[in-house]
Amino acid sequence: MNSMNPSLSNENVQRDTAEPVPVDAREQPAESVIEYGKTVGTPFSDKPKFSLRDVEVYYGDSPAIKGISLDIAKNEVIAFIGPSGCGKSTFLRCLNRMNDSIDICRVKGQLELDGQDLYDPKRDVVELRARVGMVFQKPNPFPKSIYDNVAYGPRIHGLANRKSELDDIVENSLRKAGLWNEVKDRLDAPATGMSGGQQQRLCIARTIAVSPEVVLMDEPCSALDPIATARVEELIAELSESYTIIIVTHSMQQAARVSDRTAYFHLGHLVEVNETNKVFTTPEHELTESYITGRFG
Amino acid sequence: MPHKKDDVYGDHISHQFNEELAELKTEFLKMGGLVEQQLNDAVQALVESDSQLADEVRGRDKAVDQMEVDIDEEATRVIARRQPTARDLRLVVSVIKMVADLERVGDEAKKIAKFAIGLAEEGKAPRGYVEVRHIGNHVAGMLHDALDAFARLDSEQALLVMKEDKRVDEEYQAATRSLLTFMMEDTRNISRCMSVMWVLRALERVGDHACNLAENVIFMVKGEDVRHTSMEEAERVVGHTRR
Repeated sequence: MNSMNPSLSNENVQRDTAEPVPVDAREQPAESVIEYGKTVGTPFSDKPKFSLRDVEVYYGDSPAIKGISLDIAKNEVIAFIGPSGCGKSTFLRCLNRMNDSIDICRVKGQLELDGQDLYDPKRDVVELRARVGMVFQKPNPFPKSIYDNVAYGPRIHGLANRKSELDDIVENSLRKAGLWNEVKDRLDAPATGMSGGQQQRLCIARTIAVSPEVVLMDEPCSALDPIATARVEELIAELSESYTIIIVTHSMQQAARVSDRTAYFHLGHLVEVNETNKVFTTPEHELTESYITGRFG
Repeated sequence: MPHKKDDVYGDHISHQFNEELAELKTEFLKMGGLVEQQLNDAVQALVESDSQLADEVRGRDKAVDQMEVDIDEEATRVIARRQPTARDLRLVVSVIKMVADLERVGDEAKKIAKFAIGLAEEGKAPRGYVEVRHIGNHVAGMLHDALDAFARLDSEQALLVMKEDKRVDEEYQAATRSLLTFMMEDTRNISRCMSVMWVLRALERVGDHACNLAENVIFMVKGEDVRHTSMEEAERVVGHTRR
């Protein structure tokens, strides 16, 4: 009866010939399989950069993060993975108080950076965000020259006294971002004229120009082609020598490639944190296993 | 082919991926079946002085080799295209390692068949054949059980196979001693006894390969490598349950 409509009839044929697949295997497992606030693996560290305890985040009345405790060690690369809506980006945005700009968002729990309360009302958020920089999913260069994009942060934070110092910061940042050789002859050109991959590396250069201690990356490669992605990943490896890097990614292969530890989020819970090698060979939790092997998500 | 609901490799979102892993398992078990047959036929050819059967075994070894190449290729393709992780990765990696063991068992069977032909030409003299039949049955059983453990993801059965290996070693030592006695009794026995000794050695190696298969099955199921560890450690791994 669907023969008149090609798309419907196709679907029908598929349904008839393909073997029945258990539907429950394709949907996200229900929350009931998770113990509240319980994370398997190694969520804690001896020398934490961030120490986060019992973190809860609400959008209005609905909880987005449900009691997560995690340490993030100095100079580690930790990847946050999990299906859409699992709270990984929300959690990331707590770390430099990006959620402050969302009116209905409330953050509870104990969040410390180097032992200091992140949400202390007296804390200078601008200074915090200079220490904890962020790179977003879509490259967002300012509509200014390449030079001015990188120089912007150091200028407003007063990091350079002379033009020559600023020049040095710009050059160093672009070099660290692996971009210097490509742009050194056109520093005055508008940043918006660069390729997507170059723009993203420019945003990374702009982030590191203010000498942050931590770089948060929210799916930094999802708008980039494989070559540009490889460059950014290479950059992450180099930056990890001097910075703590927290990366949210939808690409499990990317998490496997770049991170030291991987944290698996599910419906607002932190289900498992382990060495990346362990997560991708012998995950401890059944949910992690199901997700990374492509059984739901 | 339809997947059973309890097939732990069959519930991916990607239907194609399910098929590829199922195919890999099926091909591996097919190769296992062929190798089992090779081993049984080789031992039978020897103890019954059946040169024709021995010839068939030698002829079929090419098919075993080809299956090794094909399965390796398929496993490489799965890695390249699917980037398997966790239990899927452990399955693929284990299969790659296990086909090498199966292929070596095939080689041992071929070697036994070669000696069977040589010994048959020299006429019947069943010195040591009782031991060959006995150890042959023993290691064939281990091979069968290891393949069974793979098919059913049964780490406990794999552990039993590992434990059998020690007994095979003991039987091999005992058989060697009795062959030495035959050789000392009558020096004209030496050449034939040496051939039988090589056959026993081949069978003992088959036991080792079956043991390797079993270790890989435990790795697949439990995610822990029990090679080069004590039996107590292997017992702990198998007994220790994951969440």
